[in-house]
Amino acid sequence: MSTTVLLELCILIPACGALFIAASSRFPNLREGVTITTALGLFCVVAALHLRPDALHLAPIVVAQPLPGLPFILALEPLGLLFASIASLLWLITSLYTIGYMRGNNESHQTRLYICFAIALASTMGIALAGNLITLFVFYELLTLSTYPLVAHKQDHDAISGGRVYLGILISTSVGLLLPAIIWVWHLTGSTTFTAGGLLAKDLSPVLVTVLLLMFAYGIGKAALMPIHRWLPEAMVAPTPVSALLHAVAVVKAGVFCMVKVVLYIFGADLLLNTGSNMVLIYIAGFTIVTASIIALRQDNLKRRLAYSTISQLSYITLAVAMLTPQSITGAAFHIASHAFGKITLFFAAGAIYTAAHKTRVSELNGIGRRMPLTMLAFTVASLSMIGLPPAAGFISKWNIFQGAMSSDNLLIVAVFMCSTLLNTSYLLPIVYAAFFKKEVQHLHHDHGEAPWPMVVALCATALLTLVLFFWPQIPLHLAAQLSGVGR
Amino acid sequence: MNHLPILQVIIPLLAAPLCIIFASRRLAWLITLAATWASFAVSLLIAQQVVTVGALSYDIGGWPAPWGITYYIDYLNAFVLFIVSGMSALVLPYAFKSVQQEIDAASQPYFYSLLLVCLAGLLGITVTGDAFNMYVFLELSSLSSYALIGMGSRRRALTAAYQYLVMGTIGATFILIGIGLLYSLTGSLNIQDISYQLHANQIIGSSNRTLLTAFAFITVGLSLKLALFPLHLWLPNAYSYAPSVVTIFLASTATKVAIYMLLRFCYSVVGSGSIFQVSLGKIFLLPSLAAIIIASVVAIFQYDIKRMLAYSSVAQIGYMTLGLSLSNLGGLSAGILHMFNHALMKGLLFMTMGAVSYRVGSVYLTDFRGLGRRMPFTMAAFVIGGLSLMGVPSTAGFVSKWMLVQAAMERGWWDVIVLILIGSLLAVIYVWRVVETAYFNPLLELEEEEVGEAPLSLLVPMWLMVIANIYFGIDSSIPVNFAQRAAALLLGGM
Repeated sequence: MSTTVLLELCILIPACGALFIAASSRFPNLREGVTITTALGLFCVVAALHLRPDALHLAPIVVAQPLPGLPFILALEPLGLLFASIASLLWLITSLYTIGYMRGNNESHQTRLYICFAIALASTMGIALAGNLITLFVFYELLTLSTYPLVAHKQDHDAISGGRVYLGILISTSVGLLLPAIIWVWHLTGSTTFTAGGLLAKDLSPVLVTVLLLMFAYGIGKAALMPIHRWLPEAMVAPTPVSALLHAVAVVKAGVFCMVKVVLYIFGADLLLNTGSNMVLIYIAGFTIVTASIIALRQDNLKRRLAYSTISQLSYITLAVAMLTPQSITGAAFHIASHAFGKITLFFAAGAIYTAAHKTRVSELNGIGRRMPLTMLAFTVASLSMIGLPPAAGFISKWNIFQGAMSSDNLLIVAVFMCSTLLNTSYLLPIVYAAFFKKEVQHLHHDHGEAPWPMVVALCATALLTLVLFFWPQIPLHLAAQLSGVGR
Repeated sequence: MNHLPILQVIIPLLAAPLCIIFASRRLAWLITLAATWASFAVSLLIAQQVVTVGALSYDIGGWPAPWGITYYIDYLNAFVLFIVSGMSALVLPYAFKSVQQEIDAASQPYFYSLLLVCLAGLLGITVTGDAFNMYVFLELSSLSSYALIGMGSRRRALTAAYQYLVMGTIGATFILIGIGLLYSLTGSLNIQDISYQLHANQIIGSSNRTLLTAFAFITVGLSLKLALFPLHLWLPNAYSYAPSVVTIFLASTATKVAIYMLLRFCYSVVGSGSIFQVSLGKIFLLPSLAAIIIASVVAIFQYDIKRMLAYSSVAQIGYMTLGLSLSNLGGLSAGILHMFNHALMKGLLFMTMGAVSYRVGSVYLTDFRGLGRRMPFTMAAFVIGGLSLMGVPSTAGFVSKWMLVQAAMERGWWDVIVLILIGSLLAVIYVWRVVETAYFNPLLELEEEEVGEAPLSLLVPMWLMVIANIYFGIDSSIPVNFAQRAAALLLGGM
């Protein structure tokens, strides 16, 4: 099978999977079987791409040509391969988890959830493999639309109004800012193709570059820079597997992925450094990191606390790439991986606690570690990764980002990272402490143990991966290192 | 001699009385079906000839140009002919069941007959190269469409038809006055000849008052027919109370043909580059932008979804006339292309409305609760049509919006771009109200009733439109090519 076909399969497999899931809606076991098979198939295809030496040097594939000079292109580059690998691996694990969660909670409309999941994954793959801005935009919008039914899944008042905020913010920023920015780029250069070293001419005026950069930064609403982060906590009305995969991995990572691609492949490091426009992005991201962490401290709802933590961690990636030093770019790319594994574990744990104990608040979790030791152990590992302590994957990305900050001699950035590490510790570790060392309040607990086994297996697997990624970071680190050469 | 141009008109015109003669609804439907498909085939042949040979010219009865009536077809007409006959060919298979339910059995042969007359009129306007002949066909199509709208099942259809009749007649009269003034200036009715006389006698450069008055009448008259913003008042009522099939047909063809007439008069008669065309662009700019914003906002507050789509049509017409007022190659091609794309998406959306009203009986927002589950194919088609309306990439709507924005950028009209994008966002809101209701507002337990999916004869044309909406969003080379060549011809003068 040629590598070209493999690339196309990455999008086709989940898309066709959605059709088969729809067809098997009457037979839950078959439907779940199809989901797992599709996820497995996708993972195998992405894994096969890793083994192809020619995969990263492939000529771009023109899929369609809606307008002259405006083709839909698929192309593979290191960051895209990294993102596709993370998303496909975690979809496989999440599928397992979802089955446990949906059955454990007797959720309705399960078929719709599985279908939309598959379509969302197809869109995510499309984003990962997009070869130019316009293709990226198509899949970006498709991802928003296909995840809306997942957010509004419960169909009650909260879910529908949460869904409206979600859709409203994401669509209006993308149509109102991202699309004009893309058109502007096309107007300036006659192309939207991602080009190593930057697509835009090197002699643009600083004001224009800054305005365009801001349009992209806020147009990519999925990267959740403040003040357009509101959709992310609102989206937490979704069932936990959705929050886990989409709002820790696919959707938000698609956002920062687009950000990294735009900064490196559209602007290019030279243009941004020469005009100094990247400082604007650095300040916005730095502000978001600290502010979101402070808000996270005050959240009692576990999922909302995790959501604000996500907002802050996403800005790590934005900030790291905006610094434009080789180490920080490597760190940014690696953080996409390490944060994905860590945060999905945290969400999995939150969902497991909800399923087994029906608890959603941080203040109710005293002593729960004794009833759900595996879950809370995984939670602890993931928390370490969030804070950036060894032996968890988060350490490696923070190490790289820190080095980048040091070499760029910007003390403010260093201060932001110090501060946020402290804040991360103070909003995550108390949960761990309470779970293991505080006495449980008797009347609050009915007798329960761990969540259903598929959920426990899934969350242990992701926690384990967080550790594995610390000891064997070669594959993602290698891809991330390739990326840092691209910006220049 | 090549008889294709006259066949385009004569087939539906001759089939119309046949429907009444046979007076059986099934036979009438079959005749109409055959006639529309034949017209479609003819329009394809014409398009093919225009591409290979160049513009077609046909003298009726062998009388040469300035004296006889000449049919003249270039890229622009061929494109509009394709839209009109293609839509009618798609609507007819859909019509049988829908008409059976909405119109009483005795009137059905008349209905089909009127539909054919209307089609003949619209096609006639498009093929003819003679200004007065154009007016005759305009009346033909207008009169039949008043009657068609009046056949709607609710009694308010009659008021709607009457309202349209008054406005339409004023418009047609204005057009007639304009044509008369042109005749008094040039002594000719042939469009090419009028243009030649105007240029040869140097009437155009001399800011001639008669010419200005003639064009003032023609422009206002056509603006009424094409429902340009403040003159659109007849349209929402007419579209919401007409029978489903009529709405689909008129929404996707009638306004397009009026825009075609405007293009013909503005460009082929006066020629491009004259001071006249430049000022007309400015005159059209404000109503177009107002249409895009105001009509979209009004659409958000409609509870009758057919009416909502009608207001959305007014907004979409604004996009087309905006393309005209940009009056550069890009803008003009975008406007012409949007005639095609809007026919695709609005045809599709009104088809889903027809299917919903076929099963549920009416199309109020509350009727859509739970339809996502009960009519999955219809609602999926609605979602795709809605996406096309919003201009999501990989749907047809995106291509024309992209071209429009591109053209505005060429002119450096950044404020206009912002308004275009705001229009898209407003479309998101009004489409999403329906989608949200259909998929996330279930029916109460008490009122749960069995409503099944629409019959196949409704679904197949609907899904053909869905495929067209997506196909022309992914590969738009054919319509874009036609639109660009048509625009280039118009700007180059005839």
